[in-house]
Amino acid sequence: MTIVEQPPPAASAARPTKLAVRDLYKVFGPNPARAVALLEAGASKRAVQDELGLAVGVADVSLDIKAGETFVLMGLSGSGKSTLLRLLNRLHEPTSGSITVDDVEITGLSRNELLRVRREKFSGMVFQQFAVLPHRTVAANVAYGLEVQGVREAERRERSLAAIELVGLSGWESHYPHQLSGGMQQRVGLARALAVDADILLMDEAFSALDPLIRREMQDELLELQSRVNKTIVFVTHDLDEALKLGDRIAIMNAARVVQVGTPENLITAPADDYVRAFVDGVDRTGILTASAIMQPVKETAHVRDGPRTALTKMRRSGLSGILVVDSERRPKGYVTSQRIIESLGGDGAAGEHLDADLLEDATTVDGDTPLMDVITLASEGAVPIAVTDAGGRLRGVVVRGAILAALARPPNGQDTGTTAAQPAAHAPAGRVGHESGGGERV
Amino acid sequence: MFDFRIPIRDWVSDAVRFLQLRFAPLFDAFSDGVEAVIGSLLSGFEWLPVLVLILLLAGITTLLGGWRIGLFALLGLLLVENIGLWQPFLQTLALVVTAQLLIVLVGLPLGVLAASSDGVERVLRPVLDFMQTMPAFVYLIPAVMFFGIGLVPGVVATFVFAIPPLVRLVNLGIRQVPVALVEAADAFGSTAWQRLVKVEMPVARPSIMAGLNQSIMLNLSMVVIAGMIGARGLGAEVLRGIQRLNVGQGFEAGLAVVILAIVLDRVTAAFGRSRGEQADR
Repeated sequence: MTIVEQPPPAASAARPTKLAVRDLYKVFGPNPARAVALLEAGASKRAVQDELGLAVGVADVSLDIKAGETFVLMGLSGSGKSTLLRLLNRLHEPTSGSITVDDVEITGLSRNELLRVRREKFSGMVFQQFAVLPHRTVAANVAYGLEVQGVREAERRERSLAAIELVGLSGWESHYPHQLSGGMQQRVGLARALAVDADILLMDEAFSALDPLIRREMQDELLELQSRVNKTIVFVTHDLDEALKLGDRIAIMNAARVVQVGTPENLITAPADDYVRAFVDGVDRTGILTASAIMQPVKETAHVRDGPRTALTKMRRSGLSGILVVDSERRPKGYVTSQRIIESLGGDGAAGEHLDADLLEDATTVDGDTPLMDVITLASEGAVPIAVTDAGGRLRGVVVRGAILAALARPPNGQDTGTTAAQPAAHAPAGRVGHESGGGERV
Repeated sequence: MFDFRIPIRDWVSDAVRFLQLRFAPLFDAFSDGVEAVIGSLLSGFEWLPVLVLILLLAGITTLLGGWRIGLFALLGLLLVENIGLWQPFLQTLALVVTAQLLIVLVGLPLGVLAASSDGVERVLRPVLDFMQTMPAFVYLIPAVMFFGIGLVPGVVATFVFAIPPLVRLVNLGIRQVPVALVEAADAFGSTAWQRLVKVEMPVARPSIMAGLNQSIMLNLSMVVIAGMIGARGLGAEVLRGIQRLNVGQGFEAGLAVVILAIVLDRVTAAFGRSRGEQADR
């Protein structure tokens, strides 16, 4: 029996850490040390507010943000996500804890050293309110980051024009911000950050002030841009759909603390607590769950060199009406039903030595990362069961109709984890699963 | 009510006397400096033929404020020349310009400082209130004691009277710059100076220009009073008219002040509109 493993969280596991946050606290107001002591002892943000009258921004946060990933900080307003973002480049001074960018601990830097890090490591910031300079043209706005770095005029012009083109604002260079729509102003904000071309891009509710259509458009463009420029993006949002769409990983914050960090799939299939569960309950799961999250272990496979009778025996033993045929590398080669074998045996009784090509139907094969949405499409075209393979094309599991339905239904409270999204179906009598996966229903 | 009387008047008088004796060279140097500025401005004005100067001033006004106010300036200046007040007009102009230079030189940095620190703002606010509400004659007298009779005490009194609105509005304007813009400046690695000149001052420009405008207006209104302590110019003409109970003469001088005031007001107001707005209109 094949053991189904949770896929490693995207490819990010292999990437080096870009931004490391350790035991970070931010308390606003005088004498914050006492508040930190309370928080360390487990006191809540509310308790500190009541007892000391101090506002807690961020408490006990430790994160590793990998190079090249889009990391989303997600939470309701007041959860501390924007504060955390501003701590990363020290727009807010941390009360305690450390922040390390590429092995440089920025928490201990002097003012001048900090300026250098902000210029070299961070591509500035993109703001909810756009924060474009009203007295500057689009081109001059985009060039701002380069200007403060003392980049020569000619290079400044060249790089800002390139960034303007990247966000699709060519032709608007000499316009003023008040002549642009909100979406276009935010493109200016984005271009200003991209022109600097440093590794880390901080985005604070960057699309929250835009109307829904423009917003979706900007999200798509950011994804597309990111696939080309490959920055480390820290993106703050209060919108779960946006978080799931953009984030490679998401940190969910509640009352100044990070309650869960994980891939979109992790969060949906294994919410850490009721807060996260309440968040992810209403989500459209089809875009986030992948084939590997809903696949089941393969009960039995036939080998290409097995004889038809062997295959039939295997099916009987496992109570299946059809079986996947693999080669010695466990790569799916096809699918055969018991009906088909019996027909061929019944004819002249002289069955072939092996499972010949004329016995096999094509097996529908998908990669483990295939979104559930696409799997559903395949299933609706009649391709059940669907073989799920790993990067090397080896069989890792199988998706049957019941598993898809189970994944679409809300998961039973807290029971399920990433590996068991399809469990209810898997618990069903093998025979029934077999019938479902059998060719009988195929049109 | 009590036998004892708090001797504020003695304290102030003593302090003034002390300063007068102790820092006499400093006051003299300052006095010389101001006089030199006014003097060179005046001789510059007088070196040019009257008509050329009028055209030049009207031209500058047109450039800064548009043709309407330019035309007004041209007619107004010709009128002033015609009623024989050209000389005092120039003296007043020199006085106003010199005082305004001093006001901007001190007021702008003071406003920026107040915006950057709550402590400075707290200290500065009552001082500004004091300067604005204390009757002008009260510091006219010590000004005369320190700097003698003439133009310089006029400039000093004008300075004290007219600087508060500039400081206040610079402070206010910079404090009202949206947080996101300040954060943007910082996030991109601006130094404090870069943030000030590239972001805060340009964004606060309408407010700063309103402060400049108001201080110029107060500056002008002080000119008449400065005439009482020997500052020549239109103020002295107004005073002479009043002393002789010659309403007509007083009115003429007053009219010249009004013309100057209108021109300066419109020009600085036009300056206050942001560049973006101008580009659009």
